[in-house]
Amino acid sequence: MLRRAGLAWAFVVGLPAVGAAVDGSNSTPSIFAPVSTPAFAIRELAFFVLGITGVIFAVVAGLTLYTIVRYRRRPGDRASEPPQVYGSMQIELAWTVVPFLIVVVLFLVTARYIWSIDARPQPPGAVEVTIVGNQWWWEIRYPKLGIVTANELHVPASDPASPTPTFVTLQSVDVIHSFWVPQLAGKMDVVPNKTNRVWIDPRTPGTYVGQCAEYCGLQHGLMLLIVVVHPREEFDRWVVAQQAPARDDPSARHGRELFASLACINCHTVRGTPANGVFGPDLTHLMTRWTIGAGAARNTHENLRAWVNDPAALKRGALMPAMKVSRADLDTLTNYLVTLK
Amino acid sequence: MSVPSPTMTTPDTAGTPRALVDHLHDWVVTVDHKRLGIMYVVTGLVFFVIAGLEAAVMRIQLAWSGLHVVPPETFNRLFTMHGTTMVFLVGIPIVFGFGNYLVPLMIGARDLAFPRLNAFGFWVLVFGGLLLHFSVIGGDGLYGAGSAPAVGWFAYAPLTSKAFTPGNATDYWNLAVFVTGIGTIATAVNLVTTTLIMRGPGMTFGRLPIFVWVMLTVSGMTLMILPPLSAAQIMLVLDRYLGAHYFDTQAGGSAVMWQHFFWFFGHPEVYVLMLPGFGFVSEIIPVFSRKVLFGYPMIVAATVSIGLVGLSTWAHHMFVVGLGGPVTTFFALSTMLIAVPTGMKIFNWLGTMYGGKLIFRTPMLFSCAFLFQFLVAGLTGIMLSVAPFDWQLSDSYFVVAHFHFVLFGGLLFTIFGAVYYWFPKVTGRMLSERLGRWHFWLLVIGFNITFITMHVQGILGMPRRIYTYQPDRGWEIWNFITTLGVPVQAIAVLIFVANVLLSLRRGERAGDDPWDAWTLEWATTSPPPDYNFETIPVTTSRRPLWDLKHPDDPDGPHE
Repeated sequence: MLRRAGLAWAFVVGLPAVGAAVDGSNSTPSIFAPVSTPAFAIRELAFFVLGITGVIFAVVAGLTLYTIVRYRRRPGDRASEPPQVYGSMQIELAWTVVPFLIVVVLFLVTARYIWSIDARPQPPGAVEVTIVGNQWWWEIRYPKLGIVTANELHVPASDPASPTPTFVTLQSVDVIHSFWVPQLAGKMDVVPNKTNRVWIDPRTPGTYVGQCAEYCGLQHGLMLLIVVVHPREEFDRWVVAQQAPARDDPSARHGRELFASLACINCHTVRGTPANGVFGPDLTHLMTRWTIGAGAARNTHENLRAWVNDPAALKRGALMPAMKVSRADLDTLTNYLVTLK
Repeated sequence: MSVPSPTMTTPDTAGTPRALVDHLHDWVVTVDHKRLGIMYVVTGLVFFVIAGLEAAVMRIQLAWSGLHVVPPETFNRLFTMHGTTMVFLVGIPIVFGFGNYLVPLMIGARDLAFPRLNAFGFWVLVFGGLLLHFSVIGGDGLYGAGSAPAVGWFAYAPLTSKAFTPGNATDYWNLAVFVTGIGTIATAVNLVTTTLIMRGPGMTFGRLPIFVWVMLTVSGMTLMILPPLSAAQIMLVLDRYLGAHYFDTQAGGSAVMWQHFFWFFGHPEVYVLMLPGFGFVSEIIPVFSRKVLFGYPMIVAATVSIGLVGLSTWAHHMFVVGLGGPVTTFFALSTMLIAVPTGMKIFNWLGTMYGGKLIFRTPMLFSCAFLFQFLVAGLTGIMLSVAPFDWQLSDSYFVVAHFHFVLFGGLLFTIFGAVYYWFPKVTGRMLSERLGRWHFWLLVIGFNITFITMHVQGILGMPRRIYTYQPDRGWEIWNFITTLGVPVQAIAVLIFVANVLLSLRRGERAGDDPWDAWTLEWATTSPPPDYNFETIPVTTSRRPLWDLKHPDDPDGPHE
């Protein structure tokens, strides 16, 4: 009881701090702090556009301010109307043609950037990932590596000298979501019945945060995404660890059997066991992930237990039902789940 | 000032209940364009207060990370209702209400071409508004708890399908917007017809006041853009109830098609709302600068070309849908092109003010704030038209900031300016200048506190429509400042409401032409009689009243 109250309190005070778990890296996903080529290119273009619009703002706002101050009616000159000026073809042509020329320049530059980002061919060494949007979590599949995980995308750092970019295929099983990790690339919608692609080549190892950017229903606000950029060797080690089937911890055998006997296996996969459901996140290496529920809570023993008991307590509307198992079974299940490292 | 006299809004017979009923009855059965215009604007302002309160609740929820002022489902309903109400039940009625009231007066006509259609359009719109808000009670059927729609104001498929939004809330959204659309189409037909065939003697197209040109343009646009939306909404009904698959992605339908339909309406809709704002300032700025509008033909050309080019820019709302290079490039170009006529207008207004004798009464104050704020809106619009930049900014708070600069800092400021400008004509009394200044300055301060900061959240990666956010994102302080602007704006609007109510009873008598203005509506009494003009005035130039006041130097030879 006390534990539940504490949990509820933690929920009220503030949602679990995902970023805090992220090794102290800067967790403000500013579009002006890029680490990957598309985001660098966009920042470059943004500076160009900001420069142009900044000058326009200064000129037009300055003229407006000058006009307002200079031509305000002063006491004593209310006698007559000012001279009526009906227009001037030369001046009006000038302020039509000059903006038009600016637009032409802006357009040519924009077109170049659109094509340079959009039309990048996939090099042979690229990592391929398929990200599937679900209400309200991300499934992350590495089709060539045989890995399936959730909500945390792991990619290798890409050295500009010998790039190993990651090409992401985006699909949705339900409604439209949007994949947005601002420091890596611009966003791309995740549209059902349509396949979109986006690529990233992060140069700096670290952890970068993002979240769903297209309104997708009740928990759109809690559909977070973490991208972990590893140095190449570390990424390879991560791949090997993820490819392994689920750990079979003898001390949790009872829990494993209980898991297989419950409805859990209808939706969840634990590779190496009979559990092969596909509707929910793959749990084979559950404990390598920082959060549960796409950022709803830190992935701790206690939170996991609360989640299995009633996901809605941590994330209202989560599609996983409350399992309604006895307190003893709940402990057994949780003790099993935490062995899935 | 102390002697009360009968006017339309302060009847001397209001004391007895029987007379009050008669009075209300008059308003309900009226087909007079002026009364309908007033009812349109008042309806819009009532919904504005409702939608504003919804926004205030959202801002309190987002003031800091992890707050639980409202649960997520309520938050989602709030932003859906806020957006839908502001666009369909605030912007449209106010803009078309002014059109209703002013167009016949400005062109020297006695009413609109189809007065009964006009009344029909208004009441259908009211019905649509009530239908939308009835969802709060009946969203899940009368026996249910009720729920407002929670699909966002552009209701993207397939979130609107039965699978993802069961119950009836989405249907209320769909049908309410459909119904208001019928009313809007009726009014647009009316305004186009009236402008084409009912202009008074001498009122050639070359002499139409800019506001009339604007209403003609946006009414024409409305006729082109609303039917596709209505069609899409019928398809949605078929999807939801008859097993069609237009937008059902599970059965091969297309989610992107809804977006094309919606934005083919939705983007020109922004111009339908914004151009009348341009119309207001094109009437207000010359009068308070004491100068003729600089470059009338260019402003007309710019208005019409915004209307035309505006029809081919819709997919810039979809730059992140994955349209591919060629389509993206095309819509980036068409969107940037809009900047040219828009820039022309701003320069023409500046040219009008330049060399004038600027009088800073409340309407002019609002127009000047509009100039600065709309400049910002236009420049952030250029940033968003640069497609790769948009890939970052789209669906972030930057976009929210941008369109609030357009529709609030732009349109709403001009609407307030227009209310202060034409209130004397409509009621025969002036609004208080002192309260007007408080209203203006508080609104400018509150608006800018709230919406300038919103750009920052967007740049820092905060998506729109999230009901809460993580504490470590660096968004908290900005959101807090954003929310701080809300009470300031609320006080400003309260002052405005008080100003209207007080001035209705005690405002200074306006006379026919309090601003020494030049268009035809100032040639008749305030308020105008049912038949508008005793004798239909003969128009001799773009500023018929200038010609009367300055017979030695009429406009005609200069045009």
